[in-house]
Amino acid sequence: MVDLVLSPADPSRLAKPARRPAGRSVTSEPVWLRITLICLSLALLTVLLFAPLLAVFAQALQEGIGSALESLADPDAHSAIRLTLITAAFAVPLNAVFGLAAAWAIAKFDFRGKAFLITLIDLPFSVSPVVAGLCFVLLFGANSGIGGWFVANGIPIVFAVPGIVLATMFVTFPFVARELIPIMEEQGRAEEEAALTLGASGWRMFRTVTLPNVRWALLYGVLLCNARAMGEFGAVAVVSGRIRGETTTMPLMIEMFYNEYMPVAAFTLAALLALLGLVTLAAKSLLEWRHGGELAAAARRH
Amino acid sequence: MARFRNQSALPGFGLASGIMMTVLSIVVILPIVALLARGGQIGAGQLWSDINSPRVWAALALSFRVAFLAAVFNLGFGLMLAWVLSRYEFPGRRLIDAAVDLPFALPTAVAGIALTALYAPNGALGSIAAEMGVKVAYTPLGIWIALVFVGLPFVVRTVQPVIAELDREVEEASATLGAGRARTFWRVILPTLSPALLTGFALALARGVGEYGSVIFIAGNLPQVTEIAPLLIVIRLEEFNYDGAVAIAIAMLAISFTMLLAINLVQVLNRRKYGNA
Repeated sequence: MVDLVLSPADPSRLAKPARRPAGRSVTSEPVWLRITLICLSLALLTVLLFAPLLAVFAQALQEGIGSALESLADPDAHSAIRLTLITAAFAVPLNAVFGLAAAWAIAKFDFRGKAFLITLIDLPFSVSPVVAGLCFVLLFGANSGIGGWFVANGIPIVFAVPGIVLATMFVTFPFVARELIPIMEEQGRAEEEAALTLGASGWRMFRTVTLPNVRWALLYGVLLCNARAMGEFGAVAVVSGRIRGETTTMPLMIEMFYNEYMPVAAFTLAALLALLGLVTLAAKSLLEWRHGGELAAAARRH
Repeated sequence: MARFRNQSALPGFGLASGIMMTVLSIVVILPIVALLARGGQIGAGQLWSDINSPRVWAALALSFRVAFLAAVFNLGFGLMLAWVLSRYEFPGRRLIDAAVDLPFALPTAVAGIALTALYAPNGALGSIAAEMGVKVAYTPLGIWIALVFVGLPFVVRTVQPVIAELDREVEEASATLGAGRARTFWRVILPTLSPALLTGFALALARGVGEYGSVIFIAGNLPQVTEIAPLLIVIRLEEFNYDGAVAIAIAMLAISFTMLLAINLVQVLNRRKYGNA
């Protein structure tokens, strides 16, 4: 209590906070603890994340780069790569269109049942991909009413490409919509209303005002959606029927090669997908660093 | 429509909601309704007798137990990682921060064979473990590692933004009132983070329960020992036993739903106790 009288004018007391090592504030941990936590984090990440990533490339190149490249020339590997690209080429744009439409309706209009709708859009994240695949088999399988009609008309869905696309859309469903809804809600309606007042048509307003406002968020969502679409395994495994050379995507082909004791072929395909994952990660981080402000949802996602 | 929604000057509600409802129906609603309808057709008695076998119970118990243990580990590890990444400066921090999302970007089948190569008895890390007498691959421990891998980013990414928004003044106040750093952490910081921690935990748990691709390679898939529930669904389908597959799927959905409901309930009680959003 006596201190109160003395201290304000006493510079020596201000310069020396009581019993606290230099450079440390009350809102941080002691240096030894900080270093321990950093080292422990790095060690666990090395064992759990970096080691598996390295293992993919090490296993692919175990017999040299020559045999790795040779395994890619396999016709089965070729058709798997092609099917994966085709699947993503349908599923990702369709989900992007859905995401834009859903975000426009949910973020710019008020209506009843919005929360329930958002729950439905998020649902695929909490359903096992295998269960999702099973749902499509039940709905569109040759024994079901709808599936039977499609088969009779020469467009089989299950054990064919349309089923693979649908199953892929299910597991990647929320990515674009979840990225766009919060950012479009935040931006409000004022800019669009101004465009309309100035005489723009609906499409022109969408193209010149809405789309440029959300382009980075859209790209972000599409990137995540694409990475998952090309890598989906469980749902596609169930609906595709795993017909070699016909309905085998890259992840399914990896499993086949692996089970047939062709590790170089399996890990080379895996390395291709891992490279895609790394590119996705780099592009995503670049977007976060450059356009973090336009990705308000980035921090809240998942 | 006018009753249903408030009037807005913006065009395109009809078109946008039309596209949204069409795609949502075909891709999400109808397939799930098809599953539930099939369950209704089969009838509760038959569903129960399909589920009530030692092999199915063992698979369900394994899936939920290991997913729970992996989510618990990720709760602690994720909190530590989020704290280290948002509060400390060290070289390579941004790179590590970006790398945390690796499990989201790496396809599950790729992760599966990579983890197996690494943790198999002749693998780089598996051989070290074997020397210590621990078998990792082809045991529940291997499944646990795969689920820790796929669930890793969830807790980090839900907690990180909350740590960034923590009010330092509150921590200062706590220190001023005489609390040590540990006490401040337990009594002031942790309660603020707990809703985000629980959300991340629930996401990791849901993901772990349903995970298939990364697990089947490392699991060994021995019935009643290392056979997970999603794999058993696939096996039932390969036997053309659709009813058996539907029964397991509905059991998984029911248990997951109950679990997420319970976690939400805890969230509500938590919010009431600490009064934060």
